[in-house]
Amino acid sequence: MTQQVWLIAQRSVVRTFRQPGTWIPPLTFPLMLMAVNSNGLRAATHLPGFPTDSFLAFFLPFSFLQGALFASGIAGVDLARDIDTGFLNRLALTPVRGSALLIGQIGGAVGLGALQACVYLSVGLIFGVHIDTGVAGAFLILLLAVLIATGWGTLGLWLALRTGSGEGVQSQFPLLFFATFISSMNLPRNLIEVTWFRDVATINPVSYMIEGLRSLVISGWDAQALLLGFGFSLALIAVSLGLAGRQLKVRMART
Amino acid sequence: MRRTTDVALGLAHRQVTVLFKNPSLFIPPMLFPLMNFMAFAGGLSRLRHVPGFDFHGGYTAFQFVFVLLQSAAFGGVFAGFGIARDFERGFARRLLVSAPQRSGIIAGYAIAALVRWAMIAVVLTCVALVAGMKIGGNGVDLFGLYGLAIIFNQVGLLWAAGVAMRFRSVQAGPLMQTPVFMALFLAPVYVPLDLLSGWIHAVARLNPLTFILEAGRGFIQGEPTQVALAFGLAVALLVIFAVWARTGLRAAENAG
Repeated sequence: MTQQVWLIAQRSVVRTFRQPGTWIPPLTFPLMLMAVNSNGLRAATHLPGFPTDSFLAFFLPFSFLQGALFASGIAGVDLARDIDTGFLNRLALTPVRGSALLIGQIGGAVGLGALQACVYLSVGLIFGVHIDTGVAGAFLILLLAVLIATGWGTLGLWLALRTGSGEGVQSQFPLLFFATFISSMNLPRNLIEVTWFRDVATINPVSYMIEGLRSLVISGWDAQALLLGFGFSLALIAVSLGLAGRQLKVRMART
Repeated sequence: MRRTTDVALGLAHRQVTVLFKNPSLFIPPMLFPLMNFMAFAGGLSRLRHVPGFDFHGGYTAFQFVFVLLQSAAFGGVFAGFGIARDFERGFARRLLVSAPQRSGIIAGYAIAALVRWAMIAVVLTCVALVAGMKIGGNGVDLFGLYGLAIIFNQVGLLWAAGVAMRFRSVQAGPLMQTPVFMALFLAPVYVPLDLLSGWIHAVARLNPLTFILEAGRGFIQGEPTQVALAFGLAVALLVIFAVWARTGLRAAENAG
């Protein structure tokens, strides 16, 4: 099982990093948005009750999440291509286990997620972001960022298995983007003025993933924020993995 | 001239038909501005309380103008994806062979982009009105606002068409989108120009889109501002990118 996971993960990582067109835009786009938004929204720090005087520090965690979202696209499109080209069918003839296939397939997304997290954190530190929780907090940020990338990556796998096409995976992206937009990405929930938006942001797990990361950067050790951040990330992995596993059985049975 | 019109209308009809037959091509460009509008107008409305925020028409109207212009530009860019796809699939080459007046090809894509965006603009406007957007401007002001957006839609299309015709591949998609995205977000998106600080203020002050955006906000507020400058810049961009698209078409012709 471990060897199967390793081989498939290795293929996934190599395939992702062999195509610069696949991983460079997901790496740079969140950086561009971070540069623009951290300056464009700096005025928000003048709002009474805003938790920090650096909008870059406030916005930095969203870059991890956005990067993870792109990673989900990569994982999904790669698996969809495997379905399209018949690789999955050929794999079905081998003794490889479904769980190994799924865990291995997200290798590329996890690898990219880890790289993204390191780059974003480094850029944040270079531009003066102070991590309130210190070195230990920085490591925890990297861990949570990788978990979030894994969760979104697994969701991408489920979408690929469900739709069976790269175009199908891509077409679901507006919905995933929507989930990230209707969250506390730009303002703390208590400062969101529009009631319906605040309510949706409150029931949106994405808000808690961002707030978990954000707490480590700007507000110190916050057990509740961390518990919710890690909890929702692990829940996303578990639910997506369950859905993808079920869908994999259906797809294998069809072939 | 008539042959140019025939080519343009024939191609536009085909593009619009393809669009309606493929919801996957139509729905994401429709959802994207709506999502942005909801996220910005809903999530950031508290920004109107920032000291110095001098737009009096409400934050929904403030963001509506940006999202309207963004949807116009991206409506053009998404139409550019269609041009690239037509080249990849060989349709555009057949079109180059069969069209008696090739400049009609760009005009056809431009009409299709306008029709596509017009539908998005209607939905976006309805959503904004339902969300309680206050309009301070009169009919003439709104005509000015939508006029600017129409020109901007055509600028987006001409830019993307120039890229698509030079690269003739959907893989050039990021090249079509990213500069437009960056140009838009280097304008005063969330707060008025005076509230920006640092390098983004310096860039936004020189960004032509800032003047177009501020004129649009002036229109919706009923206090038109920098109108001549905004229209002058929009038309200048239109001319520049018309040349860009025409030379792109020539590059495609030369490539065979």
